[in-house]
Amino acid sequence: MESTNIKQFTPKDFKSDQYVRWCPGCGDHAIVNVLQKAMAEIGIEPHETAVISGIGCSSRLPYYMSSYGFHTIHGRGAAIATGVKIANPRLQVWQITGDGDCLAIGGNHFIHSVRRNVDINVLLFNNQIYGLTKGQYSPTTKKGFVTKSSPFGTVERPFRPAELTIGSRGTFFARTLDVDLKTNQHVMIAAAKHKGTSIIECLVNCIIFNNGAHNWISDKATRADRTILLEDGKPMIFGSERNKGLVLDGLDLKVVTIGEGGITESDIPIHRVDTEDPTLHLKLAMMEGPDKPIAVGVIRDIPAEAYDKAVEEQISSVQARSKIKTFDDLMDAMEQWEM
Amino acid sequence: MEQTKLKEMGQVVVRFSGDSGDGMQLTGTLFSNLSAILGNEISTFPDFPAEIRAPQGTVGGVSGFQVHLGAGRIYTPGDDADVLVAMNPAALKVNAKGVKKMGVIIFDTDSFRESDLRKAQFETDNPFEESGLSDTVQLLPVALTSLTKKALENLHLDNKAVVRSKNMFALGLVCWLFNRPVDRAIHFLENKFGKKPDILHANIKVLTDGYNYGNNVDLSISTVVIEKSTDVPKGKYTSISGNKAAAYGLIAAAEKAGLPLFLGSYPITPATDIMQELAQRKDLGVKVVQAEDEIAGITTAIGAAFAGSLAATNTSGPGLALKSEAIGLAVMAELPLVIIDVQRSGPSTGMPTKTEQTDLLQALYGRNGESPVAVIAASTPHDCFHYAYMASKIALEHTTPVILLTDAFIGNGSSLWKLPKSADLPEIHPHTVKAGMEGCKVVARNNTTKARYWSFPGMEGFMHRNGGLEKDYYTGSISTDPVNHQKMVDMREEKISYISQVIPEAKVEGNENADILVIGWGGTYGHLKAAVAEMNQKGNKFGLLHFNYINPLPKNAAALIRRYKKAIVCELNSGQFASFLRSKVTGVTFLQYNKVQGQPFTVSELVEHFDTLR
Repeated sequence: MESTNIKQFTPKDFKSDQYVRWCPGCGDHAIVNVLQKAMAEIGIEPHETAVISGIGCSSRLPYYMSSYGFHTIHGRGAAIATGVKIANPRLQVWQITGDGDCLAIGGNHFIHSVRRNVDINVLLFNNQIYGLTKGQYSPTTKKGFVTKSSPFGTVERPFRPAELTIGSRGTFFARTLDVDLKTNQHVMIAAAKHKGTSIIECLVNCIIFNNGAHNWISDKATRADRTILLEDGKPMIFGSERNKGLVLDGLDLKVVTIGEGGITESDIPIHRVDTEDPTLHLKLAMMEGPDKPIAVGVIRDIPAEAYDKAVEEQISSVQARSKIKTFDDLMDAMEQWEM
Repeated sequence: MEQTKLKEMGQVVVRFSGDSGDGMQLTGTLFSNLSAILGNEISTFPDFPAEIRAPQGTVGGVSGFQVHLGAGRIYTPGDDADVLVAMNPAALKVNAKGVKKMGVIIFDTDSFRESDLRKAQFETDNPFEESGLSDTVQLLPVALTSLTKKALENLHLDNKAVVRSKNMFALGLVCWLFNRPVDRAIHFLENKFGKKPDILHANIKVLTDGYNYGNNVDLSISTVVIEKSTDVPKGKYTSISGNKAAAYGLIAAAEKAGLPLFLGSYPITPATDIMQELAQRKDLGVKVVQAEDEIAGITTAIGAAFAGSLAATNTSGPGLALKSEAIGLAVMAELPLVIIDVQRSGPSTGMPTKTEQTDLLQALYGRNGESPVAVIAASTPHDCFHYAYMASKIALEHTTPVILLTDAFIGNGSSLWKLPKSADLPEIHPHTVKAGMEGCKVVARNNTTKARYWSFPGMEGFMHRNGGLEKDYYTGSISTDPVNHQKMVDMREEKISYISQVIPEAKVEGNENADILVIGWGGTYGHLKAAVAEMNQKGNKFGLLHFNYINPLPKNAAALIRRYKKAIVCELNSGQFASFLRSKVTGVTFLQYNKVQGQPFTVSELVEHFDTLR
């Protein structure tokens, strides 16, 4: 990578010639377009970029990117992306995954890549359903939901990706809606800048098997009142009239209205993404309707050492101390005798 | 000091045996290294339980280390022992059948009390008679524990540390028995315990006392002089285990290929040493990820291969099973990848520390779809280096996963190794894209070898999308065209078959005009070679055809086998290589000799069976 020569990229530079095979109306179309825009803005060369995926609808995404891409096997994207990043830390590595790929078959790799804090950017497309196998419930499907494999409603308790991320000591978590292009782009750029595993949970609509799952928050008419866009350094205010805010009430968060009961804008706490203690981040990420808004935007983004960097640094420090520089040196250093 | 009785021997087998906490592995390693330094060929066989500390004094907790040393070429760790060191009755019980007639048994009288005998399930008070040994062995009773305590009485060590040193008394005694000066052993102890001066001092004191005890007490037993080896090529040697050698083979190959080395791995007996050895080599830039599971072990490696490293993963049978889907991805994505399987006894968890060759068919066929990979096998501890090197060379030059089969016997065992120089190793030319090929498709390949041109992120002009979906032969785009799929399946098979053109031809050892051809593969080489040699010494005409390259077979293999009237395939499974050969070499009746007991062959059982074939 030549850092002295700053190139300007356009989204087209990241667009491949492949025919996009997602269903018309699928939320994934929007995401791939935003990702190409975000990558142009991030400014890393397409050939210095690797996009890794597992299996599922969303995992087809690497075919549509002009970069190095690897469409691998179900659930293993996180481990493969880890290998790519460790082997060549200079690369920008994106992992594309879905709720089944990431949290069911790939759950183990997910928590461990987050725990290690490998510097990869993860786009987790959460549509709460298995689309490519035609409509079975996933680990994020709401309890009671009727699918082809739960004809009487699921009896399983769903995962909440934020909780799993923070439970795995995650250093970056953001949430977006597929329809909110601006926030998506902003969040992707923040994820790319973050050193460590960045998890972006993108709430995506599956038009065929789970149509409208996120409508209650993503509909333009109600979005402003049912979601809160968290921004670092800004008060936690939301609502179509920008008059609602979140305040701490004991160990809980509570919605208040500015101008009522003596509440002014200065009573609304400021969102800080870089607080190491994850308690408030978790509280924010776990808010569910209807009494509280769903948090979107960057919820957590704390500085921490990235695994790939730690690996490199350990190697450098051992190399600085060791006399063994080549295989022949290694042989010379062995216990040996003449025969 | 009187040394009245002295006998000369060409080779001896010594077995150290005790509780898994008695330090038998260390004692055996020290003695074998000492013998190697003094000019002997060696072959060792550590045989230990899976339990770290099984209940003390029980048969299940017995840990043994056998070493075969001698003046001539040594191919196996030996069948029966000339000298058995038995630290307790359980060790005697386990090894009673494995002592030669008129062999010596050194045993610790302090741990042969009644309660010890009962723990080892002896019913009488004379375990030797009960084991049928009273007339056939020379007993050397020594109060190892109390003599060790006496040796250390002024050193103010805790009782545990004192008792743990008794293995050094036994080692001192064995050194006396074989006229081995202990000062060379002291040098090894300094390397091991240099950071713990109290323990080092105690070990040296006990070792020396053990040696002097043999010298000063009239033990009515002959000491032995073993001649130096004369027929090994001159040069610098070390003693190396198969696992360490395999790790070094990868290091040498990466350096030769000019690529970084990456290992993704998950701890599993008996393969973990390979990971631990490579984790030591940060100075050579080796990157090791201890993954969250076996699948991540191989998939991180596949990621590293995609990104341009010489990538490897190591495992044993259960881990290979978990990796099978990912191996299929490496086949489909045509990425270079080395998978080392240190085979152990199965199925399932089986007997994790015991040896077997039961993963052959899993390695060849254990994947979905038509999924050919190259399969090769190492045959001795030290040649794990060569075959790990060759596995890497084939993977990189033919852009394919290669499975290297070793086993617990050669992985943990050690043999003498002539230290190689990088300059003497064969060249490795990774099949990467070349300048001027910019814009080529992901499936661009050499038309003869079918090897794909490998390019990776960071290279300008070669961006591509790879993956597990079937690709169009020409464009590399995803394709479900029926005829194209057939073409791709055939191409992948051809790519592996082509490797037979570049590997060495098969050769028959022993008698080339044999009446009976013995066929083996992998870690049984030493035993088969020794057994065939013995048959030929007895005036028979036996040949040995031993395979290291299994898929593909060397190109002359079928014709060579057909030249012999009778062929018997000997392997530590129920006939996996035999059935593979039947599918590849038609018109031959393959006899079989199989053993699935978690133990290597013995030369004597092979000879006994070969005698029935004449």
